[in-house]
Amino acid sequence: MSFDNLYWGDIGAAFAQTLAMVGGALLLTVLLGLPLGILLFLTGRQQLFQAPVAYGSLSFVLSIIRSVPFIILLIVLMPVTVIVTGTSLGIRGVIFPLVVGTAPFFARLVETALREVDRGIIEASLAMGASTTQTIFRAVLPEALPSLLAAITVTAIVLVDYTAMSGAIGGGGLGDLAIRYGYHRFQTEIMLVCVAILIVFVQLIQASGNRLVTHFSRK
Amino acid sequence: MIRLENITKSFAGKEGAVAALDGIDLTIAKGEIFGIIGSSGAGKSTLVRLINLLERPTGGEVFVAGERVTDAKGQRLRDLRRTIGMVFQHFNLLSARTVAGNVAYPLELTGQYGKAEIAERVAALLDRVGLSEHAQKYPRQLSGGQKQRVGIARALACEPQVLLCDEATSALDPQTTGAVLDLLRQINRDLGVTIVLITHEMDVIRRACDRVAVLDRGRVVETGVVTDVFLHPRHAATLRLVREAEPDGGSLDAVAASDLAGRAVRLTFTGPSAHKPILGRIARENLIDYAILAGRVGHIRETPYAQFIVSLSGRDVAGAIAGLRASGVDVELQGGAPVPEIEERARHVV
Repeated sequence: MSFDNLYWGDIGAAFAQTLAMVGGALLLTVLLGLPLGILLFLTGRQQLFQAPVAYGSLSFVLSIIRSVPFIILLIVLMPVTVIVTGTSLGIRGVIFPLVVGTAPFFARLVETALREVDRGIIEASLAMGASTTQTIFRAVLPEALPSLLAAITVTAIVLVDYTAMSGAIGGGGLGDLAIRYGYHRFQTEIMLVCVAILIVFVQLIQASGNRLVTHFSRK
Repeated sequence: MIRLENITKSFAGKEGAVAALDGIDLTIAKGEIFGIIGSSGAGKSTLVRLINLLERPTGGEVFVAGERVTDAKGQRLRDLRRTIGMVFQHFNLLSARTVAGNVAYPLELTGQYGKAEIAERVAALLDRVGLSEHAQKYPRQLSGGQKQRVGIARALACEPQVLLCDEATSALDPQTTGAVLDLLRQINRDLGVTIVLITHEMDVIRRACDRVAVLDRGRVVETGVVTDVFLHPRHAATLRLVREAEPDGGSLDAVAASDLAGRAVRLTFTGPSAHKPILGRIARENLIDYAILAGRVGHIRETPYAQFIVSLSGRDVAGAIAGLRASGVDVELQGGAPVPEIEERARHVV
């Protein structure tokens, strides 16, 4: 095993792809998962818009998606991905299934985070003449901010994991590189370098997430 | 100011509906401090939440400021709630906002005030509750009493006509409780805000309220001026609550007749008579002796009171009772053997 002839250029490009996929998918996951999570929270038992049927259906669908192993979801979604993004390959082709895979997970984390907000705060807000929308955006979400940031951190790390997996179907990125060179061509050193970079990357995400959570914690 | 008419409220339970409130009629006058007392589970919290419609009544009507609000919705409901401030047992402050931010919150909700105006009003409110130098702190940096002061400032932000206090002092130590009650009374005096105070402690009622309603298992069992209810409790639930506030629980129970050398009476001195040497004088004049069997002395708001159960014996017990009554002392004959002649004479004199 030798580290002399590593394709540093390829590795750099792959890392940039991973960054783009994680960044893009994270943004869309939050944009999609946050409203879903709020909806789950609001329609839940004894909440502001308690609606057992709506909650049950939404919850059921999200759980189904979450039950499918991501690698299978990637394959099953391929035709849909082509329709939505025009391709099932590359960064563009992989962001769609990534969002489908992680948004339900993130929505659940949002629901849990919002449920942990003291009910008394919601009651106080309503008693002061706030509308439900005002209560959600001015009281509940700010109160839940540290938990939401923690949820985003966990989701980002899951996305790093999923992007690596999506390499298997031509998504690109570090995972793809590691599989193509390290596994198919027996160039173990490339795989090791890729894994090392991923380890550092995940640690960085977790550390910055933790710092943000601490910064916004007022409890 | 507030009128509740034949209010019922039931909650869906595992075995059908459970009645939390059962035929409540209450009228709370403008500018008074009205106490609602009851042990836990009596329905106090539900009752107070009906006034700002955080709970909807199952039956009956709610009137605030002469207006029927029972089924207010949408903007009308939100406007109504702005005229009714609420203070909570566990403060319910926004932990993500500073003290000033918490007090600003209800003002921001209205969308009617500019930043400068909000800042100005917040400063005045914090000054009123004595928290000006803590404006930039977060709730977790404050003591319980300070948190409740923030809660009070916040509840006053929209200049409400009514302030609902749901066990506002129950999470505080006795000293802080006193300070918070004093603040509420001062606000009542200065701003003329009608205050509805929910509590399970008779002491809170005694120190702060003008009138009180006693709630027991979803019904109002006694209502009246605090001095009357506190000194002459009629219903068993009231008696229980009064006794809880006594250092020696049960001290004012009727004393067993067999233990008595003489006639047992309950004497209640209120106002100026509590400070006069009436009992001694009457005893000398009528050549009687007295033994103090039980008693309590204190203040109801500013009114001093003293209440004793004494056993009277000697030459002219009936004359002594008449003399006490003539001096403005409330005399109630306690159990024991009836002495028709005494009752008769006493009645004539009064």
